[in-house]
Amino acid sequence: MLPFLKYEFLQNAFLTGIMVGLLAPVLGVFIVVRRQALIADALSHITLAGIAANLLLGKWSSFFATANPIYLGMAFSVGGAIFIEQLRKVYKHYEELAIPIIMSAGIGLSVIFISMADGFNTDLFNYLFGSIIAVKQSDVWTVFAILIVVLLFVFFMYKELFVLSFDEEQGRLSGIRSNWILVAFMAMTALVIAASMKIVGILLVSALMTLPVAASIRIAKGFKQAIWLSVLFGEVAVISGMFLSYYLDLASGGTIVLCLVVILFLCISYKKFTGSRKVGHL
Amino acid sequence: MKNNLNSIAIRVDDLSFHYGDKNVLQHVTMDIKKGSFLGLVGPNGSGKSTLIKCILGLQKPQQGNVYLFGEKINKFNDWEKIGYVSQKANSFNTAFPATAFEVVSMGLFGRVGLFRFLKAADKRKVWEALKSVNMEQYAHQNIGELSGGQQQRVFIARALVSDPMLLILDEPTVGVDTESSESFYKLLKELHYNNNMTLVLVTHDVGVMTDYVTDVACLNKQIHFHGNTREFETSSSENISAFYGHHVHVLHHDHDHA
Repeated sequence: MLPFLKYEFLQNAFLTGIMVGLLAPVLGVFIVVRRQALIADALSHITLAGIAANLLLGKWSSFFATANPIYLGMAFSVGGAIFIEQLRKVYKHYEELAIPIIMSAGIGLSVIFISMADGFNTDLFNYLFGSIIAVKQSDVWTVFAILIVVLLFVFFMYKELFVLSFDEEQGRLSGIRSNWILVAFMAMTALVIAASMKIVGILLVSALMTLPVAASIRIAKGFKQAIWLSVLFGEVAVISGMFLSYYLDLASGGTIVLCLVVILFLCISYKKFTGSRKVGHL
Repeated sequence: MKNNLNSIAIRVDDLSFHYGDKNVLQHVTMDIKKGSFLGLVGPNGSGKSTLIKCILGLQKPQQGNVYLFGEKINKFNDWEKIGYVSQKANSFNTAFPATAFEVVSMGLFGRVGLFRFLKAADKRKVWEALKSVNMEQYAHQNIGELSGGQQQRVFIARALVSDPMLLILDEPTVGVDTESSESFYKLLKELHYNNNMTLVLVTHDVGVMTDYVTDVACLNKQIHFHGNTREFETSSSENISAFYGHHVHVLHHDHDHA
């Protein structure tokens, strides 16, 4: 085994990282093509409120003191996701307003909970920026369960998600009931964001969802290829980021995100060099 | 009127639609015969797109009914019989990473159903549809890399892939150069001729359209004229030069037959 993996906490982090490196870009592809890249940011901040709430409740209740804060984080995140979909209906002509509303509500709640819980501690710091030494065995199993649910959902709903992302009208004409699929999709996104937090941190989780996609859509031919390339870039960034962060003693979240930025620039320059060919006119 | 329902593809019966207090459609009644190629013309804001959306069940009118192939619209569930090509400009994101093949295959998703995947036979259908619009050599190009006319052909292929009996096109040539749109109209005429398909073409381009369609309907909140192309041309002969060269609204004031 690699020396890097001789400690159990590193094994946990590595397994979680690999799962998250697959999950975040898979959902990210749909989010980016639906022009909702900022949703990941809004949901990550509402997740923080859930985690802060758990830290606060842990002061008073032994149940929350022992519970993994990721669960309450997930509950907040899924609630926020459903709320975003509702707000998008209220503000039909300003759909993007839902995002700053949820985001600021998330930060507001977090700040209140954190101050009531007597401020920052290392735990919270780890959630904000990600820390591979903080990944527990129970996190690995939680993320594994999310992995199974999300992959089954995307596999069986691929057609529907694809049509709804491309044009909703066509979807409705083919008899696809768009509402519950979109709500389920948002709930999955919320779960993946909560799951990715330990590795990349709340402030950087949206990068793991959107940067691999931003890179892949520069060079992909077709939607399936965009998904595969996004996953490849996500995994490369997570794995190399975790190695670098361990050996160079850097923050894991930041290292992973910088690896993504490097990949993104490589893809943009590749496209520049090969040039974008327009096919001849009719 | 009831006895010839079998020969009617679309029946619109006393349909009215308003957004808030703005009337968009008023008491629209029309039958579109099976096998006809109808050009639906009208100025901007005349309610053409809204009428199409009501016919497709994408909008609910406040009053009146729509029947598709003799079936009331809320009971109709043969949607794969109907192909729809919407106004290109506001219907999709040209940077979307999907190949022409992937876009066309969407047309089969309704038939394939939930939790199922495209089979080899479905993929053959996608190829056939691409071939019927002469786009098979671009199958693996991203849709955004194609020209406007080529993209429109891909969308036609998507509408055709499920072998529809009725094809509805909403201003399909907006943003497409004249040469491409003419070859596009020729393609529609061929499709109509070869497959005995009912076609409805929404357009404000009266001049070109009358060379291809069998029937014409003029809409401006109400139906002002509905008849075959010859009737349309003779009834408006005194003004033919005026409206061939200009916009359709000239015509409405002169032909208030409704």
